[in-house]
Amino acid sequence: MADKIGVFICTGYGIAEALDVEALVKVVTEERGVPFCRTVESCEGSDLAEIIRDIEAEELDKVVIAGISGRCDEVTVFPANVIVEKVALREHVVWCQPPGEEDTQMLAEDYLRMYIAKIEKMKPVEPFQPEDEIDRTILVVGGGVTGLTSALAAARTGYEVRLVEQADRLGGRLADQYKSVPTRPPYRELEDTGIETLIAEVEGHPRIKVYKSAETGGITGAPGLFDVTLRASGRDRSAPEIVDEFRVGAVVQATGWRPSDPREHLSYGQVPDVILNVDLERMVKEQGRITRPSDGRSVKSIAFIQCGGSRDPDHHSYCSSICCLTSLKQAMYLRESDDQAKAFIFYEFIRTPAQYEDFYRRAQEDPGVFLTRGDVTDVARDDTGDLMVSVNDTMLGEQIRVKVDLVVLAAGMQPNSADGEAIRAFEEAKVTAEDGESEIQRQDAADKVEKLRHHEGTEILNLAYRQGPDLPVLEFGFPDSHFICFPYESRRTGIYPAGAVRQPMDGVASRDDALGAALKAIQCVEMTARGEAVHPRAGDTSHPDFFLQRCTQCKRCTEECPFGVLNEDEKGTPLLEVTRCRRCGVCMGACPERIVSFQDYSVEIVAAMIKAVDVPDEFEEKPRILALMCENDAMPALDLAGRRRLHLNPHVRVVPVRCLGSVNVEWINQAVSMGFDGVLLIGCKYGDDNQCHFIKGSELAHSRGDNIREKLEKMALESQRVELHQFQISDYETLPGIFDDFVEVIEEIGMNPFKGM
Amino acid sequence: MSMNARPILIIGGGVAGMTAAVEAAEVGHRVILVEKEAYLGGRVMRTHRYFPKMCPPACGFEINVRRIRQNPRIVVHTLATVEEVKGHVGNFEVRIRIRPRYVTGRPTLDNDLLERLTSERDNDFNLGMDRTKALYYPHEMAYPPLHVLDRDALSDTDAALLTEAAPEGAVDLEMTEEILTVKAGAVVVATGWKPYDAANLDHLGFGRCRNVITNVMMERLAAGNGPTAGAILRPSDGKPARNVAFVQCAGSRDENHLPYCSSVCCMGSLKQVRYLREKTDDARASVFYIDIRTVGRLEKFYQDMLADEQVEFIKGKVALIEEDTGSNDLILDVEDTLSRQTLHPRFDLVVLATGMVPNTVDTKFPDELVYDEYGFIDESTEIPGIYAAGCARHPCDVARTTKEAMAAALRSIQCQYGGD
Repeated sequence: MADKIGVFICTGYGIAEALDVEALVKVVTEERGVPFCRTVESCEGSDLAEIIRDIEAEELDKVVIAGISGRCDEVTVFPANVIVEKVALREHVVWCQPPGEEDTQMLAEDYLRMYIAKIEKMKPVEPFQPEDEIDRTILVVGGGVTGLTSALAAARTGYEVRLVEQADRLGGRLADQYKSVPTRPPYRELEDTGIETLIAEVEGHPRIKVYKSAETGGITGAPGLFDVTLRASGRDRSAPEIVDEFRVGAVVQATGWRPSDPREHLSYGQVPDVILNVDLERMVKEQGRITRPSDGRSVKSIAFIQCGGSRDPDHHSYCSSICCLTSLKQAMYLRESDDQAKAFIFYEFIRTPAQYEDFYRRAQEDPGVFLTRGDVTDVARDDTGDLMVSVNDTMLGEQIRVKVDLVVLAAGMQPNSADGEAIRAFEEAKVTAEDGESEIQRQDAADKVEKLRHHEGTEILNLAYRQGPDLPVLEFGFPDSHFICFPYESRRTGIYPAGAVRQPMDGVASRDDALGAALKAIQCVEMTARGEAVHPRAGDTSHPDFFLQRCTQCKRCTEECPFGVLNEDEKGTPLLEVTRCRRCGVCMGACPERIVSFQDYSVEIVAAMIKAVDVPDEFEEKPRILALMCENDAMPALDLAGRRRLHLNPHVRVVPVRCLGSVNVEWINQAVSMGFDGVLLIGCKYGDDNQCHFIKGSELAHSRGDNIREKLEKMALESQRVELHQFQISDYETLPGIFDDFVEVIEEIGMNPFKGM
Repeated sequence: MSMNARPILIIGGGVAGMTAAVEAAEVGHRVILVEKEAYLGGRVMRTHRYFPKMCPPACGFEINVRRIRQNPRIVVHTLATVEEVKGHVGNFEVRIRIRPRYVTGRPTLDNDLLERLTSERDNDFNLGMDRTKALYYPHEMAYPPLHVLDRDALSDTDAALLTEAAPEGAVDLEMTEEILTVKAGAVVVATGWKPYDAANLDHLGFGRCRNVITNVMMERLAAGNGPTAGAILRPSDGKPARNVAFVQCAGSRDENHLPYCSSVCCMGSLKQVRYLREKTDDARASVFYIDIRTVGRLEKFYQDMLADEQVEFIKGKVALIEEDTGSNDLILDVEDTLSRQTLHPRFDLVVLATGMVPNTVDTKFPDELVYDEYGFIDESTEIPGIYAAGCARHPCDVARTTKEAMAAALRSIQCQYGGD
């Protein structure tokens, strides 16, 4: 039996004053043949209760409520299994159009047509439930302070945890530290690191299983269903020794950092008494005092050279964030061991944010600590074996030289990460270099192999993902989230980097990061168990369906998915891992065969919305523009434009899309062939500072746009009929201009000649 | 996992509180989010762009509001303050005072009515740089999407007008405050910060020189929904600012004011230099600093800016700012500590990088917690069941705040777990 549809049209909100409601009802009942339509004063409060009573009494399956935007309506629970769609007559029509005009009425009628057509095609959403039960175990990779903290937090919240550490002991870099910088008031005294207690708590916890001297040899599957193989750590990967195999639900990657190579002119590696901050730390921890490596003599003076490997355009141009604090702390070690000793700290900027400033102040008060701004130009050993440090002292404007027993370079932090996408590119290039079709292709691939060679064998997680074995990385190799508001928005669902692998950070920040990542891991398994998508479409229970009989193995979807959801079989057919999916629909936009659909969002559904628009013939001189707008920024901006009562061009018909990357070319073809005069695509900003929460959806739409324009030209249509915009929510005031300018362009080039054909 | 635990009370509806709320609720826990203002979003909603991406805070806010709206596990109280927290982990009793909004939301109010009102109030959303009607919509993205009535600012005439002209039921001038008692299993303190009072910085001219403003005011000037619709204009004559000084550590790292470093002001000012350079052709910026603290990956933002010839960095603490009487320009007294020269540069606008003061500085609440001498919550001395996040703990940026909010959400769930 066909679904029973009902439409409710609000008369309040100025709707009855601006529009001919009777005519709207006629469109619904007579033109679209909807069996149930009634007008209500509003869609809130007692009116909403009445709507719900009608839905139940009339046994409606699908309901369109034309009133206010679904962004700011009254939140309510509709009867189970009823599909509800909102038409924002207030925001998108009444607030941004003059009342009583023909164009205003046409716009409202079209929106009703579009949403009725949409709901006709929508299917009820059944949350995805895999055959196997969702596993809630958390895998933590890395046994340093971040990994330990994460493991303990998850275990103490009731989750089973598997912790893998490559080394033969837990504790990571913190275990090599003698003391920590102050973390509590009055922020002046060094503190115990607390690492021994943390290790003991982890090792003693009944829900944590610890694997030392082990690493992840492989991770297949998806959130809730990851199958992990552990192997003995070591470089002999040709004959790996399998340690264990098990299933987990989510992963925290806490693989930490290693010191970066120091700047060359500072004589590290040539002069034995030039050491790194990490070397000094280990020395103090192990022997309790500071001696010179060259002759074992007690050290009376140290020069600390800041940014020894950081903030160097040729090296690591970022700041490693903890080195200032570390040097101040190590100066304390020296001063506490010998009150005659001298510590010189050469820096450009001292970076002791927040309450760490108090610790810096303590160092400034210490008569044996000499803080000097300057560039160290040279470190040399003199005849007596002492070190002479030459500094361009920019404060005094002269060159100074300081004689010290030991030089400590504040080496920076670099992440223990692997660039999953680069590794994949390397492996693919290796294949092409052998089997490429032409000599040129083989040569190009061979060049690429050389360029990417340093990624060979760097795998950490060994994910069985078509897009590479590890998390994609940002600049400088950090597998960080690109989003300020959402620090764990990683590009592999269910895998969350934490701690110094994510960005340079201190111990306090690492512990917080560990907890945050543990929360996301736990949240991921819980949401997956409920069949819900995780952020940013949190709670969405729709999921993609691939009609594989029609798949041509073009691999566009497997290539373009921003989250690596799709693997491939040997022929190139996509293998869907639903619980990896973030529901953006980029695969749907990519597919030339249109075989990808969601229950409530598909090529067919949007096509029906476009088709429902009543396009006037060419003699009416009313152009029609289709605007496909991203739900994250552009659609809310449309509401905001309405709220500010900005006048919007009445010839534009807006269809929301999940992401501009989900736009299928078919929609544009269809719009143009049915007489739309132009198509606007409005999505998020892309590039280095991209704001697309599906990472590259907007960018993909732009690259596909070139393709679309070519097609238009083949149809003897002007390529200007399709326009793409990068847009952010706060730019809502520019929306009227974007619409008007485009309509002007269309008016200049003339109406679509396919109109009425 | 026990989903039957009592709800988590979150004090503060800024980015920290909103984040803790949605993240805990998406795990499956119930949450009560309490915000003292009439709308969520706190300080970030008054910020034009985030560093380093120069993206609008409204973008993440929109997503978080969507997550709050669709999640039945979250209850939001605005215009609400937590007055008392009693009990212990797993079983706190909380008293919440909800101030009247005087607007019911149904039916919604239209702008025509607002136009007819004459009584006005300072617009606190724009830090008092402009005025609104006594009945106002806080800002276009306000959540909840409701008007608010400032009863104290409403004249008797306007009160009578509202009684007569407002749609029936929309405005209730008799609305009274409400006291709510709820049970909570854990508490997250996300009460945030306020800017250091620049009036204390007499030597830097704030209040004495019209064209000396603070960094938080600069955010409003740059914002499209601010008092100047996004134009960076001098307060004295409304002319576009073309030569602007950014005075770092205005109050911070100063034992007479805030001894600590407020940690975000360096990046904040560099970001504001970008506003200026993007909005006004040929505008010049000078940044007076002690240390440039662009920590971690943020360093790139600073390095990139060094290539801009219109921007200069001068190491030196500004000692005095005086106004030039005819032009209202500002003359600085500053020693360049690298060249050892005393400079007296002239600018048409000065932006003071005032620091962050925790809102807990005045009222230490909940009082069981341990506070440092600056009023920040000392997280190392943990009270089981009560956790702090963001600027209630220390001055920090949004990326750090959101991460700590998630950490606090986890601790709030963990402390109620019945097992070991």
